[in-house]
Amino acid sequence: MTSLKKLLLGEQGLVVIFAVAFAIVALTVPNFLTERNMLGLLQSVVTIGIVACTMMFCLASRDFDLSVGSTVAFSGMAAVMASNASGSILIGLVAALLCGGFVGLVNGVVIAHFRINALITTLATMQIVRGFALIASDGRAVGINDPSFYQLALSKFLGIPTPIWVMGAFFVVFGFVLNRTVFGKNTLAIGGNPEASRLAGVNVSNMRIWIFALQGLVCAVAGVLLASRITSGQPNAATGLELSVISACVLGGVSLAGGRAAMTGVIVGVLIMGIAENVMNLLNIQAFYQYVVRGLILLLAVLLDNLRSAAAGRRS
Amino acid sequence: MQDFLEFRSISKGYPGVQALSDVSFSVRKGAVHGLMGENGAGKSTLIRLLSGDQSADEGEILIDGEAQSYRSVRDAFRAGVIVIHQELQLVPELTVAENLWLGHFPGKGGVIDRRRLIRIVGEKLSEIGIDVDPSAKIASLSIGERQMVEIAKAVMLDARVIALDEPTSSLSSRESEILFALIERLRSNGTVILYVSHRLDEIFRLCDSLTVLRDGKLAAHHPDISKVTRDQIIAEMVGREISNIWGWRTRDLGTERLRVDTISGPKLKTPLSFSVRRGEILGFFGLIGAGRSEMTRLVYGADRRHQGTVTIDGTTVPADSPPQSIRAGMVLCPEDRKFDGIVQGRSIEENMAISSRRHFSPFGILDLKKEAELADRFIAKLRVRTPSRKQDIINLSGGNQQKVILGRWLSEQGVRVLIIDEPTRGIDVGAKSEIYEILYELAAQGMAIVVISSELPEVMGITDRILVMCQGRIAADIARADFDERRILAAALPDVPTEQVQPS
Repeated sequence: MTSLKKLLLGEQGLVVIFAVAFAIVALTVPNFLTERNMLGLLQSVVTIGIVACTMMFCLASRDFDLSVGSTVAFSGMAAVMASNASGSILIGLVAALLCGGFVGLVNGVVIAHFRINALITTLATMQIVRGFALIASDGRAVGINDPSFYQLALSKFLGIPTPIWVMGAFFVVFGFVLNRTVFGKNTLAIGGNPEASRLAGVNVSNMRIWIFALQGLVCAVAGVLLASRITSGQPNAATGLELSVISACVLGGVSLAGGRAAMTGVIVGVLIMGIAENVMNLLNIQAFYQYVVRGLILLLAVLLDNLRSAAAGRRS
Repeated sequence: MQDFLEFRSISKGYPGVQALSDVSFSVRKGAVHGLMGENGAGKSTLIRLLSGDQSADEGEILIDGEAQSYRSVRDAFRAGVIVIHQELQLVPELTVAENLWLGHFPGKGGVIDRRRLIRIVGEKLSEIGIDVDPSAKIASLSIGERQMVEIAKAVMLDARVIALDEPTSSLSSRESEILFALIERLRSNGTVILYVSHRLDEIFRLCDSLTVLRDGKLAAHHPDISKVTRDQIIAEMVGREISNIWGWRTRDLGTERLRVDTISGPKLKTPLSFSVRRGEILGFFGLIGAGRSEMTRLVYGADRRHQGTVTIDGTTVPADSPPQSIRAGMVLCPEDRKFDGIVQGRSIEENMAISSRRHFSPFGILDLKKEAELADRFIAKLRVRTPSRKQDIINLSGGNQQKVILGRWLSEQGVRVLIIDEPTRGIDVGAKSEIYEILYELAAQGMAIVVISSELPEVMGITDRILVMCQGRIAADIARADFDERRILAAALPDVPTEQVQPS
């Protein structure tokens, strides 16, 4: 293998490609490398970035969650309605976490205990939960009464908006959980070989329930931040989020066959999605083309991943 | 007779490993040629090159004097070379006939003439002497029958060279007999058969000639197998003499350690009871489908029980989950390492620490240093051959994978009962005796060990007592002093011929 090929198909291949792409974009696209644009870019990937943290666990354990978009909308709605009714943002937050956690728990129990395929289960809950969001709001946006709710998204710390800090914290925490805890290692083991893991003493059903419940809770956090940014609970918010999140994970080298995941990869995946969109906006490319480009990026990522696995296979 | 298949100075390297270096040998037309060697000796690589799956770095393969330059499995098919792997390549949901025609269905305009298909296949099968219904789905056949179908496929494609990789590793003795008869017939048709096996008795029975590989090099080539002895071949394989591969010796047996009382489950209707003493190695022997592995899974709590209790040192083990069994001091090395044992894609280190890390991970946070120490300690202790603990377990040979799984359990605390199902399946002679030694050492420390094996010499060689299973029942309980091959086999054979149950 030539050294270039080695570099691109190695462990850090994606990071290298990302760095090169970033440099090219920074040099050629006007207004890209400005503080304002960078913060805007990061703001735009907060929802995807946060949800991708737990989606990574889901995929790594050979599962799948399509219900994240609906859960984000539903728990955001719950937060707004509960805080409007009670006058307390804290109660709104708790309501969102309860709703999100509940959806996740139901997903997990159905999948782990009743052994229903994760794709089918979450396809069903995706529609049910979206229905809840629509029913609760009667299909309309619900405005936020308490202005301090906006502050969740608008406030800044050291000049950087809070949601970006939250996303960064999630990256750190879930990166640690994946690599340095029994929970993370068991997740990867289940994805690698569920039956072997079970016989080796891993409580596979409990793990799966926990992973889905965690996913629900994290969606709730993303939902609250999203509602705060758009200053209302929108029943149709975050439609199609599940596909963006899964794309970002796959871009980041998370294997859909389970057993392989890395936080750095997922972060890079999220950023690539964000940069692509941001650059196209800066270049005034019509939004319709963005779908095509996003799809192409995903295809390329999967092809690259395939080449990388083949290279790894040859090494063995 | 002339040489039909020839390997000429074949070399093949992978990053970090020279899998084959300068291997040359040839096989006569119509010969069954044995290929032996320890795992990692280069047999699989050689077979892979022959199959067209990969190509050699240097050297060439000649068939009938013609150098082959094929670069894919399809090209190899066209050249008349077919390799039958351990994992069979059939589509389970299609019928026998459909599988045989897959890739070149007869019929016009894409419409399949089903009746013609079945008729032709039926004729062909009976011509070769294979008794399988051409309209049966592959999924409904036993492993042995599936293998027959694979061979039939090779014959139908007019194979001139057929390579069989460990064909009997999952066959019952009756199925093996059918396979051997088929091989005899293929030989008389002039087909060259390359037969890869660890089983010396099969090699002696079937093969005309033999090649032994060791560390990627040609260790010996015997054009006439009747001129070699078993001990000589074993010595050539391991590079040293192994006079007695079992190495069993007397041990002091203690009080009762494991007691299994009238357990039964969905796949094992008749309640079973037995007990094992401290320091005892108890063997379970039976034909495929006798219920040995089902029994194992029930005892370990991997499958749900209908009834019955398991006690260790007088304490009852909760009924239905592996984690509880592990906490009670009972562990299992499963029969099917690939599907139930190893976590592929993960490192040796992680595979070893998967269970025992809970003892040194406060609040679920890993202690990477301890984990690395643990892995290195057991890699050294069990002599796992690997460049590093970070190696993906899938890259190890069968024997080394088994050692890693043993390491997984030896690193647990307070293991009192070890159940090991097919301890040395697909493992070479050298690693076998190492694994036996580990078992003796554990037994000497007072562990109760249950060994399940379908290899009679192995069960007789290493255990203190044998329970023979037949059709889901314990048919005989024989102490080592009374071990007798014929008596054990007689107990294992069902009185009335029954449907062969497939191994799960």
